[in-house]
Amino acid sequence: MSALYDCRVAFADTLVELAAADPRIVAVVNDSVGSSNLKGFKQRFPDRLVNVGIAEQNLVGVSAGLAGAGLMPFTCGASCFLTGRALEQVKADLAYSRHNVKLCGMSSGMAYGELGPTHHSIEDLAWTRAIAGMTVVVPADPIETAQAVRAAASMTGPVFLRISRMGVPVVHAPDYTFEIGKAAELRSGVDVTIITAGVLVGRAIEAADLLLAEDGISAAVLNMATVRPIDRGAIVAAARRGPIVTAEEHTVIGGLGSAVAEVVVETHPVLMRILGVPGVFAPTGSPEFLLEHFGLTAEGMADAARALLRA
Amino acid sequence: MVHAAGMGHPGGDLSAADILAALYFHTLRVDPTRPDDPLRDRFVLSKGHASAALYATLAARGYFPATQLATFMQPLSLLNGHPDRNKVPGVEANTGPLGHGLPVAVGLALGSRLTGGAWRTFVLTGDGELQEGSNWEAAMAGGQFGLDTLTVIVDRNRLQQGDTTENTVTLDPLGDRFRAFGWAVVEIDGHDIDALLQAFDQLPHEAGRPTAIIAHTIKGRGVSFIENRVEWHHRVPSDAEMIDALREFDELERRELEEQA
Repeated sequence: MSALYDCRVAFADTLVELAAADPRIVAVVNDSVGSSNLKGFKQRFPDRLVNVGIAEQNLVGVSAGLAGAGLMPFTCGASCFLTGRALEQVKADLAYSRHNVKLCGMSSGMAYGELGPTHHSIEDLAWTRAIAGMTVVVPADPIETAQAVRAAASMTGPVFLRISRMGVPVVHAPDYTFEIGKAAELRSGVDVTIITAGVLVGRAIEAADLLLAEDGISAAVLNMATVRPIDRGAIVAAARRGPIVTAEEHTVIGGLGSAVAEVVVETHPVLMRILGVPGVFAPTGSPEFLLEHFGLTAEGMADAARALLRA
Repeated sequence: MVHAAGMGHPGGDLSAADILAALYFHTLRVDPTRPDDPLRDRFVLSKGHASAALYATLAARGYFPATQLATFMQPLSLLNGHPDRNKVPGVEANTGPLGHGLPVAVGLALGSRLTGGAWRTFVLTGDGELQEGSNWEAAMAGGQFGLDTLTVIVDRNRLQQGDTTENTVTLDPLGDRFRAFGWAVVEIDGHDIDALLQAFDQLPHEAGRPTAIIAHTIKGRGVSFIENRVEWHHRVPSDAEMIDALREFDELERRELEEQA
């Protein structure tokens, strides 16, 4: 098994590098310095870390004000609270106001598995991508995380970065170039396409290997790191090849699978299987246990592909 | 504007009008020809439903032609029912949902400190609006950070959409509440222009603390049949009521001019 990485490290290291060169960058937290891995940032730039306390509505509102002052806040909190508690502020103060704030939803998905559904953030993609003007990015590994942070900083406007704490393998080559709105084809294939993002990308690659080794099925793997604006061209090309499996660490209602399906049904309808949390609150368990519980594994994705090809 | 649009919030417009006039014609260091000046004073209208009063003030101050006021809430108008900073020069925040202005204002005031910009930040909230918890998150932060360039003006007209504030969820003793959160507090008559100007001229009222100016006002100020009547939160005047209201404004203006003379 390859080494696993916590993407918060790449996130924080990159933010420190960017902040050294760009005085507009400030970090804004809700008493989440440790959980956002920002101790290094705080040490290096003590005056540029704003801690508003445990107050997410104020966290996002203050960030909008800081942007109105010409700064570029990276606003970090546990994704479940940052998006859920402050969603109206995200809509009105950031997106509708067009403020240059980067929302960093930490420990997203089911990374807080054992803590239960209050701490799971499996609705954040549906909520954020529904809001006009939002850019929504789910990096898969440290290489992509670092580039996604840079890409967010180099564009003007609100961005939601979904950063997990789950260990993930490196899935991109060192010379990989992330671009907002562009999917990355990590495996080419002709029979079926697996579209995923974030912590599941490594598992999708394993699924493609399984399908080829066990069934001779040629599966493409698309890393759809940008959920909004979604790469319509890559989805249409996949649909023209054959059926599509999507997999997300998120509810199946309104997330990545829905976003892909919205394109597929309007362009080139094909059968799909949308894997994720099937509209329920998850039980208690470790993140790995929960992914397995919901079939968000290489075997689960491979089974879905086989079923589609039999259908 | 409200009469022509057939929609709006006349009660809260009229309680805030004197405060807006004092700010825009005396206190705020702003230049209507340079609404994006990075060092301008910031004013956030948290009670975004008083947009008609804000638009009328901005037009009178020269941000855009007064003829544009006739488009208030018309299809595709820049003058939405609640203000949009990307459409209307001089508007700093997209408000409407209550309890958003004070957090944004805390960010703007903190931003002046972090960037070394010398601007001041003002935010006008309703009083019923203070029932939103986000205000108190922001009030705690403003006190904690000691933002003495930040001033909140509370339009204390004592009425909200459905009833008095005190019959709904009490706000008194409002001054003590702000003081407990680390703010300097001043209470004035929000229709006494001299009192408003003096309160603004003496900012900050305590070094190292943000200031809360509790402006005691009359909802629907200036029109006898609108004043202090809860139903005028968002009622629209009929043609006849409109004529009566304008006549009362004229009389009020004449009385005030006579008093000054």
